This record gives sequence, structure tokens and C-alpha cells, in this order.
Amino acid sequence: MFDDRSPIYRQIADQIKDDVLRGVLAADEQVMSTNQYAAYYRINPATAAKAFQQLVDEGVIYKRRGVGMFVTAGAQARLRDGRRERFFAEVLEPMAAEARALGIAAADIVARIHQLIPGDSR
Amino acid sequence: MITTSALQVRFGDTTALHPLDLDLPGERIYGLLGRNGAGKTTLLSVLAGFRKPSAGAVLFDGAPVFENVRSTSRICLIRDDGMVGDGTDNLRDVLDMAAMLRPAFDSGYAAELLDRFGLTRKQRLGALSRGQRSAFAIVVGLASRAPLTMFDEAHLGMDAANRQLFHDELLRDYLAHPRTFVLSTHLIEEQSPLFEQVLILHEGRLLLQSDLDELRERGVSVTGPAQVVDDFVYGLKVLSERTLGPTKQVTVFGGLDDERRALAGRYALELGPVAVQDLFIHLTGGVP
Repeated sequence: MFDDRSPIYRQIADQIKDDVLRGVLAADEQVMSTNQYAAYYRINPATAAKAFQQLVDEGVIYKRRGVGMFVTAGAQARLRDGRRERFFAEVLEPMAAEARALGIAAADIVARIHQLIPGDSR
Repeated sequence: MITTSALQVRFGDTTALHPLDLDLPGERIYGLLGRNGAGKTTLLSVLAGFRKPSAGAVLFDGAPVFENVRSTSRICLIRDDGMVGDGTDNLRDVLDMAAMLRPAFDSGYAAELLDRFGLTRKQRLGALSRGQRSAFAIVVGLASRAPLTMFDEAHLGMDAANRQLFHDELLRDYLAHPRTFVLSTHLIEEQSPLFEQVLILHEGRLLLQSDLDELRERGVSVTGPAQVVDDFVYGLKVLSERTLGPTKQVTVFGGLDDERRALAGRYALELGPVAVQDLFIHLTGGVP
């Protein structure tokens, strides 16, 4: 489930953010409790708690005392904005570097992107 | 919860534990790592009061441990041989004895665990296979509900499914009845997610005590052309180096600040995480 390399709490936080981004977890929907998470993924509860604390700090989820944790309204849009900003630096630039090394023409890449994302003719 | 001050253990001329100051706050799960002969079993024995310190002190909630029943009745150490009773005892006898000695022992939970591990009360301890003996020792350890429960490689000989059952029950029962666990292990990849903190013993000394995720963040591998890598890691703590043709991979310890990370980007060096087991191997002297 988790790789043993990067901090597990960050991997958990990233997974939950992915779920929010993709709409698997909707606004105001309850997320699993720290303890459920720990038992399910066989990890120390403190590690799970650290992930949830990070998500609270980042405003992705909020606590309702005695009830549990819920997805913040607007979290999906904010995560999307953040990822969009990083998309060019983290996804496109390495791809362009790889394409240059392989001698793939920009026009071929663009043509393929149009195939992959049809209906977007801008 | 449990503290030691200048704790020392000597066997004749050999020092098994050098003066050790330890502070383990309660209600956490600790992993105790160390190579063979590092002093793990000695440390656990002295924390449990099985052995008298040669010097220094072990305190459990402020009270000494050795020859103090008020402390030892609340501490449970499962040793790596899994012998939690006499070989001629049947499992019922051992459980009855544990229930008498341990104030918090839960016989109902023991029965449930026995069943899940496929053991019966009529079996004789001496007739169990190695893996069954370990499973039974784990039943005794978990059902004791001792405020300090220590497993010294208690999983020895257990198959993968039973080890997973052990891990599941450890977490489940820890959540239901928070208490302190110390697990010594060589199964670093498999068991480290269970730990909140790890202690690494090396040659009778405490090499480090760290949150597991912090340890993970401190190890970084740097890969690229040999000369560039050498220049980049100058002044950093290098744990290991490997070369493959013109490419070099170096493991550094201590984490990299943003400035260094930016520099790595400019030199097109590849930065990657390092597995806990690799960090452990490098920190404790590397592969011979």
C-alpha cells in the first residue's frame, strides 16, 4: 500500500487529497477516522493523525468535535488550482525534456494530446 | 513511563550496554532495531526486571523495576524463544498462571486469540511447532494487557498470515486499550509502519531515537555524474556510495534544505527517498 521511502503520513495526505480532487470525497462528506485509517492500513495511529493534522492545516478537511473529520467546502477547487499551477513545472517540463532527448517533435506531441483530450479545440 | 539513567550492563569484561539514558513516554508503540549482538535482548531484559543493572537505574512510572513486584506485575516481556511456561504445561495451565500473575489479564480475549491462531487449550507447550509457540506467546503477551508490553522478536517462525494477524491485533488492541509496546525486530520493512518511534541500538549504545517519518525524511539519495555528485555532497554526511559506470549514487543523512534541493535541480541531479531498512543498514556500519 505504502512505499517505505517517503513519510507515510504524507502518502496518506496525498491519497486523501487525490480523493477530494477527483470528487470521490465530496464537500462536507465525512472521512474515515484516524483509528479506522490506522487499522485498515496497518499503520501507527499517530502517523494517521499526523496526516489528518496536515490536511486540517491545509484546509482540506475540518474537525467537528466529537463527530469526526469532514471535507471542507471549496477544497476541491483549491486543490485543483494548486495542481494546475504545478502542472507545467512538474508534469509538462519533464515531459518536454524527455521529448527533446528522444527527438520527438512538438507537433507530434500536440497532435497526440488532441487525441487524448478530445473536444478541446482551443 | 519508562526511563533509564546511566544504565549499564556488563558480563564479566564485556560491556553489553554502555551508560544509557532513555526516556520512553507512555502509550506509544516503539520499534527497537539493532544488528545481531547490538544489545536489544539485554536492554529488554533489564527494562523488564529480568536482570539487575550493573550500574545506573531503570524506573517505571518513577519506581525501580528490579525485584519490585509492583512494577513487574505491570510489565510483560515475551522472549524470543517463545517459552512462556514449562514444556510439559498445556496451554490452559499457562493461561491460568498468566491470569493469576497479571492483574489486567483478559481471559476472554486470550480465548478469542487462541482460536484465531488455530490453537487449543489442550495442546502441550512443548509439542507446538516454532511458529505456533510464537503465536501462543503473542496471545499471552497481548491478553496480559500489561501497561508495558515488550516483544523480543516474538514473531520468529510465524508464517506471513499469522504475522499479519499479530500486527492487526496489536493495533486493534492498542487502540482499544492504549498502552506501551516495545517490539524488537529485524523485519524492518514489514513492521516499521506499526511504530511511532524507532530506537536503534548499535554496539551497546543508543544510535538514535526518532519518529519514523522523521527518519525517512532525513535520508536522501543523490544520483548523477560522479564528479557533479561528489561536488554536491561535499560537507554532507554521506552514508554510502555506489558507482555504475559514469553514474554515482550517494546516500546522505540529515535532510536537504530548499537551497540544496534547488541546487540539485540546477545540476540535474536526481534526488530520491531512501528506504528505512537501507538507512538502518548504512547507519549501523553497512554490509560487511
